[in-house]
Amino acid sequence: MAEFIRFDRITKFYGPLCVVENLDLGIDKGEFVSLLGPSGSGKTTILMMLAGFEQPTAGTILLDGVAINDVPTHKRDMGVVFQSYALFPHMSVGENVAFPLQMRGMGKAEIGERVARALDMVQLSALADRRPSQLSGGQQQRVALSRALVFEPRVVLMDEPLGALDKQLREQMQLDIRDLHRRLGLTIVFVTHDQSEALTMSDRVAVFNKGKIEQIGTPRQVYDEPATRFVAEFIGETNLVEGVVETVQGEEATVRLPSGVQIVSAISGAVTSGQPVLLSIRPERVDLTETRGEARNVLETEVTDSVYQGDHLRVQLQNAAHPLIAKLGRKSREFQPGTKVYAAFSARDCRVVAS
Amino acid sequence: MAIKLGKLVFAVLAILFLVAPLIAILPLAFTSSVILTYPIPSWSLRWFEELFTADAWRRAIINSLIIGTGTTLLATVLGTAASLGLRNRLIFFRGSIRTLFLLPMVVPAVVLGVGMQVLLARFGLANSYAGVIIAHTVVAVPFVVVSITGALAGIDERVERAAESLGASPATVFRRVTLPLAMPGVLSGAVLAFATSLDEVVLTLFVAGPNQRTLARQMFSSIRENISPAIAAAAFLFIAATLLVGFVVVLSRFMLRKRQQA
Repeated sequence: MAEFIRFDRITKFYGPLCVVENLDLGIDKGEFVSLLGPSGSGKTTILMMLAGFEQPTAGTILLDGVAINDVPTHKRDMGVVFQSYALFPHMSVGENVAFPLQMRGMGKAEIGERVARALDMVQLSALADRRPSQLSGGQQQRVALSRALVFEPRVVLMDEPLGALDKQLREQMQLDIRDLHRRLGLTIVFVTHDQSEALTMSDRVAVFNKGKIEQIGTPRQVYDEPATRFVAEFIGETNLVEGVVETVQGEEATVRLPSGVQIVSAISGAVTSGQPVLLSIRPERVDLTETRGEARNVLETEVTDSVYQGDHLRVQLQNAAHPLIAKLGRKSREFQPGTKVYAAFSARDCRVVAS
Repeated sequence: MAIKLGKLVFAVLAILFLVAPLIAILPLAFTSSVILTYPIPSWSLRWFEELFTADAWRRAIINSLIIGTGTTLLATVLGTAASLGLRNRLIFFRGSIRTLFLLPMVVPAVVLGVGMQVLLARFGLANSYAGVIIAHTVVAVPFVVVSITGALAGIDERVERAAESLGASPATVFRRVTLPLAMPGVLSGAVLAFATSLDEVVLTLFVAGPNQRTLARQMFSSIRENISPAIAAAAFLFIAATLLVGFVVVLSRFMLRKRQQA
């Protein structure tokens, strides 16, 4: 696949404040890339620079090999979907969707046909004559989506488009957008602070913190193989345990915990023996047994609390040195507080990250 | 209960205080007597007839319409441009510049009038329609700016950005999105400008020649020369016109809102 969008050493300052620092990022044609991060991490600024609403302080943005820094927004041919929908309140739904086609000087007949198809795609054909203010939030966002897609833009940019919707609707829209992406072969850059949204929809997720990419990879990579402490904590829930590297063998390292227990763990980056690190252990990868089993990594713990949460059982444990959380499948038996159990996990299910 | 009653009485008195001059003058428009005084001997429309037939009054009405229209157009265009410019966050001293635009509202009209006369004479515009229109525009622009700035503030900037991303050039964004959304503000601004021009006496006294005598100016001078009830008729016309224009604005705003929602 050819690289379609490239951020080449992009830096953006707002006054003295650096919001994006020396960003290098390539996006392929037809790819769905999420920019994930907390607010203030620079992700929206990156999207605004790509759309042409903001100018980078330094660096070049390339689209299909051509620098577009000096191309004004209206000539970039990108569909933008905002969190606030940003529909034209003085136009009907149909007029909203027809707008980008009128801008391209299309004939009336063709516009009518395309608008009908675009509204059909988001199941809003019946509401073409309504005003945006007469629609629900979810419907408005679908209008915005169809308006951004109707002119077959080269790239579709979405700035937290589902943030204002309630949970159920949001999950439905996630699947709808994912489906549209696959069916139409769209290139989508999607900004969100919701990690589950990013994992659900993306081909690749770029995790941002303080204007820099912490890690970029497939949803599986960023979740299972977090490169940094920030990524491990930001995506999903995790147990972070301090330790010191004893030895490194290939893809694995042996880490000694303060309690003296040795843990064998997978590693993401380079670590050297003697280096203080953190172990990231996903709660759902922890098994609880009453007898010390065969597993390579075992921690002796005591149950402090156990909460039934419908789809899983959440058990809080206390080791000699640190607390630990385990999420067990619904078929698991109950654990009474005070019970001594062994928490076991494989080397693949924990990860060494720099502390 | 007593407090409630007290409030009510006070409200009625306050309103009475505000409209008493109107109550005093309006019935006199329909008097058949030749002097502007009570009691009214009998009812008649002769002074309206006088208003539309007497040359001085007819000319004054026409002048008011010409100058009012010119002022409305010029002030609305300038005020719109100023409001759009003041939206730009990158402008230095934005607050101070905004204040500058509103200054003619508080500067004494007499001072403005003197300055305006000197200035217009210098450019050869003294005693001309253009001169009066310019003078009126100066005092009308602040009302337009206030009105349109308010309307623009209500527009979500992202809507304009969306239009731009959909392929609209800045000029098209203005024509298709910004202006239609600011229309209620532009309309009220235009009406305020027209009303200001209609009502303006002090500046007119300074800059207008005998050929630009407006209705307000004519009333002012005729009340000193001969106290004829034609003044009351003119006042009635004034109020009727103001109410009519106000009604048109309310109606058009209502229609605009309905169009946006329906």
